[in-house]
Amino acid sequence: MKALIKNPRDFWAGIMFIVIGCLFAGVALASYKMGTAARMGPAYFPFVLGGLLALLGLVISLLSLSKKNAGPAVEKFHWAPNFWVLGSICLFGVTLKIFGALLSGVLLVLLSALGSSEFKLRDMLLLGIGLTIFCAAVFVWGLGLPIPLCPNIDALQQVKLCRI
Amino acid sequence: MELLNNLGLGFSVALAGTNILYCFIGVLLGTLIGVLPGIGPVATIAMLLPTTFVLPPVSALIMLAGIYYGAQYGGSTTAILVNLPGEVSSVVTCLDGYQMARQGKAGKALGVAALGSFFAGSVSTLLIAAFAPPLAEVALKFGPADYFSLMVLGLIAAVVLAHGSLIKAIAMIILGLLIGLVGTDVNSGVARFNFGLPELIDGIGIGPIAMGIFGFGEIIRNLEHTEKREIFTKNVSGLLPNWSDIKQCIPPVLRGTALGSFLGILPGGGAVLGAFSAYTLEKKIAKDPSRFGKGAIEGVAAPESANNAAAQTSFIPLLTLGIPSNPVMALMIGAMIIHGIQPGPQIMTAKPDLFWGMVASMWVGNLMLVILNLPLIGMWVKLLSLPYRLLYPAILIFCCIGVYSISNAWMDVLLAAACGFMGYVFYKLDCEPSPLLLGFVLGPMMEENLRRALLLSRGDPGVFMTRPISATLLVLALLLLILVMAPAIRKKREEAFVEED
Repeated sequence: MKALIKNPRDFWAGIMFIVIGCLFAGVALASYKMGTAARMGPAYFPFVLGGLLALLGLVISLLSLSKKNAGPAVEKFHWAPNFWVLGSICLFGVTLKIFGALLSGVLLVLLSALGSSEFKLRDMLLLGIGLTIFCAAVFVWGLGLPIPLCPNIDALQQVKLCRI
Repeated sequence: MELLNNLGLGFSVALAGTNILYCFIGVLLGTLIGVLPGIGPVATIAMLLPTTFVLPPVSALIMLAGIYYGAQYGGSTTAILVNLPGEVSSVVTCLDGYQMARQGKAGKALGVAALGSFFAGSVSTLLIAAFAPPLAEVALKFGPADYFSLMVLGLIAAVVLAHGSLIKAIAMIILGLLIGLVGTDVNSGVARFNFGLPELIDGIGIGPIAMGIFGFGEIIRNLEHTEKREIFTKNVSGLLPNWSDIKQCIPPVLRGTALGSFLGILPGGGAVLGAFSAYTLEKKIAKDPSRFGKGAIEGVAAPESANNAAAQTSFIPLLTLGIPSNPVMALMIGAMIIHGIQPGPQIMTAKPDLFWGMVASMWVGNLMLVILNLPLIGMWVKLLSLPYRLLYPAILIFCCIGVYSISNAWMDVLLAAACGFMGYVFYKLDCEPSPLLLGFVLGPMMEENLRRALLLSRGDPGVFMTRPISATLLVLALLLLILVMAPAIRKKREEAFVEED
């Protein structure tokens, strides 16, 4: 297998396009009306595009088997920064309406910082608190954007600074 | 004369008290965020988009344009001082700018970059004022079939002018088109590809896509490499270049401006191609090409002028045809729609104050960049000397709040995270993400025009070849595709982008 693939980056990119293309074309075909060229249904355009994408993916993958297109290996995939950075973003998104931006923001800074190799709890806690207050001041108190600040508890919602 | 009248109207709008203030804030914020390593104009604009929501449309667009120039210039500052390009168009600035900084000439490099950009910006503002109206008149004659063909040409041109593998770029465009189709189908009212999620019925916003792929993906990428940054903070003085420097820089700045202005108009061209070509050109015609890469002042002056010129002329297709030529313009379309403005040829006649005000504000914005950056450079340097482990959580929290605020949707934050992962995978697999964003914006427009054209012609695809405008555009697209496949041109195209490696 390894010897066969001369350009692994292209090969896997091709596979990715095939999978995504088939997914779109398949879902379109299965769930929406096709229609005719004159009266296209909602499935028409995505089906054609999905098929085209899969086809291109196939060509890319096949071309990557040729010696002429030899290229470097796919670099190592680093899961840790992906996990901490993306995980903390998701957590922020999910908890924002429940915890409020003040808490969720500190959590975001703290957890995302774990993605770096040097992590100092005290520094990051201070940074998180500082940044969150700064953001609240600029975006909510200053610009008036409707971002929930405090945890979604009745008592806290009475506090003036929590409301916009 | 009309030109002067129009510009007069523009300046009266741009110089109105509040607008000039927003232009200033935009330039300042844009530079501030743009200076941060690893965050380019696309992510910067997406992040700061919500800050313009409270403004009236004219002020908002003026501020966004200011953010764009600021981010662009901030990226150059980072490139020169840290050798870390915030975006692709500053990659070439790194080559000689950073070497100049190492030789203690950081101030000079920054000064030349600022003055060259200002000159280029002034010229291209005039170009927009001169060429946009006739182009918009032509565009008013376009029917759905013509629009569809124009978008095909635009996308093909974008691929040809982008760097990296052609066929992968085409695949990325199609992927972008597909992602753009998620949401309610305008013609039938069916919600497509929403996987049962009510949050996806309105489609995926451009904010999460741009922020995820160009912001989050980039941050994760930066975290892979342990910090090895050498910053030149000591010798940033003597910003104004002396007379002999200026004399040396005039021809490269002129050439860079001309090349950049031209390439910016082309779809897909934009700042990146302008900067690369200008650098290659300078190196080719230099008496002693070996100086390049070792701190040649022309190597900073030419690409910096070119990328600023291109950044501005790329507004021409956006404002006249409503078609974005690069990811930043794609984001601008998104911003305009959020503010209730449909970009296209009708803007100029329907909202002359908006159009000309924006054009004039481009020049004002460029002037501000120069005035602002000469004294503030010390502050940017301080910001740059902060370690990345402190910077990136800060960038993240701004990004998250930005993404959430675009439509107050927590789902957008999760989507952005997913796009961040996608961006990381694309990077690992050498897939350039810019065409995806173009396809994403053009997808719904293309489908609508295609369906409308075929509805009018009762399903006869011949309509694309019988209408003269459409036929010409399609033939052009085909020619372009054939040309770029030709071995000789292919080699040239690879050469143009070779500096990157």
